[in-house]
Amino acid sequence: MSKFLTASIGRKFVMSLSGLFLMVFIAVHLGLNLLLIFDNSGELFNQGAHFMATNPLIKVMEPILGLGFVIHIVWSFFLEFVNWKARPVKYAQKNMSGASTWASRNMLVLGALVLVFLIIHMINFFVKMKFTGDPLLTEVTINGTHMHNAYALVSATFINSTVLGILHILGGVLLGIHLSHGFWSSFQTLGLNNKNWLQRWKAIGNIYAVLIAVGYAVIPLYFMLGMYK
Amino acid sequence: MADKILKKLKIKVWRQNNAKSKGKFETYTIENISTGSSFLEMMDILNNQLIEEGIDPIAFDHDCREGICGTCSLYINGRPHGPDTEVTTCQLHMRKFKDGETITIEPWRARAFPVIKDLVVDRTAFEKILQAGGFVSVNTGGVPDANTIPINRDDAEESMDAAACIGCGACVAACKNSSAMLFVSAKVSHLAKLPQGKVEAKSRAKNMVSKMDELGFGGCTNTQACEAECPKSISITNIARLNREYLVARISE
Repeated sequence: MSKFLTASIGRKFVMSLSGLFLMVFIAVHLGLNLLLIFDNSGELFNQGAHFMATNPLIKVMEPILGLGFVIHIVWSFFLEFVNWKARPVKYAQKNMSGASTWASRNMLVLGALVLVFLIIHMINFFVKMKFTGDPLLTEVTINGTHMHNAYALVSATFINSTVLGILHILGGVLLGIHLSHGFWSSFQTLGLNNKNWLQRWKAIGNIYAVLIAVGYAVIPLYFMLGMYK
Repeated sequence: MADKILKKLKIKVWRQNNAKSKGKFETYTIENISTGSSFLEMMDILNNQLIEEGIDPIAFDHDCREGICGTCSLYINGRPHGPDTEVTTCQLHMRKFKDGETITIEPWRARAFPVIKDLVVDRTAFEKILQAGGFVSVNTGGVPDANTIPINRDDAEESMDAAACIGCGACVAACKNSSAMLFVSAKVSHLAKLPQGKVEAKSRAKNMVSKMDELGFGGCTNTQACEAECPKSISITNIARLNREYLVARISE
């Protein structure tokens, strides 16, 4: 097994497994945040956020999730560099659009843009909820439990800042495009593919990518368009 | 009906004296090319013209000229084997080009395929990968009768499809990472699908992948460009099989 991580295929496995792990997170994260648009009092979302912040299993998973992000991001830059070195003299004229999808050729660019979004997203929500606090982040008591009014912070952010709202819509769409290649690609890399499953994985991946993109775009839109009233 | 004539074409081609020298593009003009002629025939006509003008003819690889030997290469107008699907350069016809067009011809570009001269690249790397494990060891005995070992028809077909690989290197040329994964996966697959190949499956996957990495090919990012540009349409599902074979081999160590 020692040679596994230095081999091209072993290195691909790391991207695939970390990617699949992050895809599970993305689905859970979306599921929880969709509570924002299903209860205008904010109680449902606040309870959900409180559960995620206090549940011991989630607390254990949080640093592992962080590690998952770091591995997926750092490893992608490393692998892209290795692959870039494999062609020292570049082509003068390339016509790749017919042979492969744009997303598949630009996973690093898409990933890097999602990373930029992720940083902005975390500064606005994660950091405020976890560390610094915010005037908008008041306290509420629901069913006798004291907790952050995360709903107030999120809703006010999207109502007050069109820029942040649009950035979040863009982030969701970019992530969706990234996943349109990433989903089926991770199963292909793990060897879980054949001529029957290739089209199935792609179909499932496209559905997943669209659900993620639309799901994440709907949340800021809901508040920006005043649908909470 | 006579084929149409392309009155004038500009050929922008990579010229490089030898492996050490620095190459550059040269543009030549060629006139009255029949759309019925093959791309390599056009190259022959151009070379005759260059010889008459006292210019060193363009070196390019070719052999059978019937799309089966895998010798011809050429990256034409941004695509390996040019603007047609499921053909090698020798099977590409001039009817795929327009009159007055500038045709850009480059060699395969990959660290593992260094240019020898002009458009000729050294594809010894593929031979080295095959020598590392792309075979079945038969150490003794006579030749067994072909049908004594029962083989599922689907397996036989899949094996044959993978065995259609002619080792031209278009997959490496097409891949944005210069990865040889499609070639290696085809060579692993056509043996892995048959009982005779199963005996050495583990060592084959490990040795061929190690050799591929050692020779400086890039990694696979599943863009599928290799399958699209492969003159034999080798499927990327072979790469999934290679990944599987490799994982099994490494885990069992």
